[in-house]
Amino acid sequence: MTVEKIPIRRAQFDQVQRRTLLTGLLFISPAILGFFIFTLFPIVQSFYFSFTDYNILQSPLWIGVQNYKNLLKDEIFLLSIRNTLYMVLIGLPIHILFDLFVAFLLNTKVRGLSIFRTIFYLPSITPVVAGAVLWLWIFNGKVGLLNALLNWFNLPPVGWLTDPNWTKPAFILMGLWGGGQTILIYLAGLQDVSTELLEAAELDGAGIWAKTWSITLPTISPVIFYTLVLNLIGYFQIFTEAWVLTAGRDNAGVGGPGNSLMFYAMYLYQNAFQFFKMGYASAEAWILLVIVLLATLVLFRTSGWVYYRGEQG
Amino acid sequence: MANQVMNMQQGYRIGRQRQEQINRTISYIILAILGIMYVFPFYWTLVTSLKTDVQVFIFPPQLYPPTPQWANYIEATHYIPFWLYMWNTLVICTFTIIGTVLSCTLVAYGFARINFIGREVVFMIYLSTIMLPGQVTMIPLYIFYRKLGWVGTIAPLVVPAFFGNVAYVFLLRQFFKTIPQELSDAARIDGAGEFGILWSIMLPLCKPALATIALFTFMGAYRDFLGPLIYLSNQQQWTLSLGLQMFKNMYGAQWQLMMAASALMMIPMIVLYFLTQKTLVQGIALTGIKG
Repeated sequence: MTVEKIPIRRAQFDQVQRRTLLTGLLFISPAILGFFIFTLFPIVQSFYFSFTDYNILQSPLWIGVQNYKNLLKDEIFLLSIRNTLYMVLIGLPIHILFDLFVAFLLNTKVRGLSIFRTIFYLPSITPVVAGAVLWLWIFNGKVGLLNALLNWFNLPPVGWLTDPNWTKPAFILMGLWGGGQTILIYLAGLQDVSTELLEAAELDGAGIWAKTWSITLPTISPVIFYTLVLNLIGYFQIFTEAWVLTAGRDNAGVGGPGNSLMFYAMYLYQNAFQFFKMGYASAEAWILLVIVLLATLVLFRTSGWVYYRGEQG
Repeated sequence: MANQVMNMQQGYRIGRQRQEQINRTISYIILAILGIMYVFPFYWTLVTSLKTDVQVFIFPPQLYPPTPQWANYIEATHYIPFWLYMWNTLVICTFTIIGTVLSCTLVAYGFARINFIGREVVFMIYLSTIMLPGQVTMIPLYIFYRKLGWVGTIAPLVVPAFFGNVAYVFLLRQFFKTIPQELSDAARIDGAGEFGILWSIMLPLCKPALATIALFTFMGAYRDFLGPLIYLSNQQQWTLSLGLQMFKNMYGAQWQLMMAASALMMIPMIVLYFLTQKTLVQGIALTGIKG
């Protein structure tokens, strides 16, 4: 920090700086190489591919914006956008609110906290495929556990994975089971909330809602925002769970009944690796990139509710 | 008058305490119900895996296996080459962990401790790549690996790990920054280079953070499905995730075997959780902290 005050010759100063720069670059060189090889170059390349007809075997053929035009007329593509938006706009808020709710409950100094933490967290580390196979069994229309439960309450059975009206609620339910990691993140945030502040508010006569609204929520708002951003990006890329639930032998049935579980990344995968329409799939990828960036931008632009300690006066 | 106020306050406080007691009881009941709902699928995996192929299809289902069929587990490991797939999975996990820990340590140290020109800008650009959906690089990378002759090998799944992982670099960098600069300065006066400082001062202090990264990387690689689906065409190289999906499609009605295979696949993760609970929970708390 005091470098400038020490009278050293300019050439000498430059030399020190240059050496630091070289050492620094050497240390971060894996990331720089990785950035160019695995990120920047492929992105540019996929932008080029998106304007071509390309099946891997023959070299790409320039066709202008034809892929984009065709996509806008592709009903499965449009449906995959609708399904994905359903998950982002309905599934994601349910997920976040539910996990917040559970974290609040866990934060009421209940006994056996570590047991509950384990219970809610374990599903989120079970292998995705194993979890999806398990839920496939639970959702089974004839002898599944959920329909047995409905039967027990004298309710009619539900075609969880066969009735297009029920597939997405079923998918959200399964996602809640596997998403408990967020609960732990919120719990850690809640345990950070200043008890002094809460006690002071209590002395002033603030009730539980007032305390939650004006102390607890603002304190954990950065954590909520963080999980919101990362989950938003994740929800746009839903793949494995839905793939395992719906893909049968030779990948028949991908997308489920009426393509009600056909999500963006699944159709993209199909186009690229089943139909070998690399140009078409690249156009899809670029549209996804734009959508994700826009959605993230909207989140950041509307993040006025996020309160950063120490940054405001 | 003053007395009255006192009484009111006291009554108020007792009411508050009772209210808290009630709240706690209610949350306890809700948590217990939710907890059972979260655990039950695991129990159900176990129960189904121990039934016979006939018992599996009885409705309403029996909530426990009448006579546990432990042989299902042996049969399940024959239906798919379970141990081969386990080995393949662990090989991929091992290389991924080595690559990730090595590269992330170097990169994070560079970003945290070497004050070179333009560091913050470069870091911001690097960090922002976390927002890019993987699909946008998937196709060109596939074509790239194809040209290298890597499709059908594990190389596309493990080589990128040696080039850093944005999220873990971020996590490690946060950790490095908490270590007092004086320690490094003292070593520097003793003539240690940056690499020496990283090796002999930083790493011993950062073991928990490195363990967290290794653990997360292991879980990520163990659970990965899309990567193996794209790159591993040869059945002999399949991972457990891929193998279970194939098993499902081939022997779809053999639920007791599928549940046995699923259980076998879940067990390592569950054991790992109990062995590393503390590191894991702290690691997750760490990921939630805004830097």
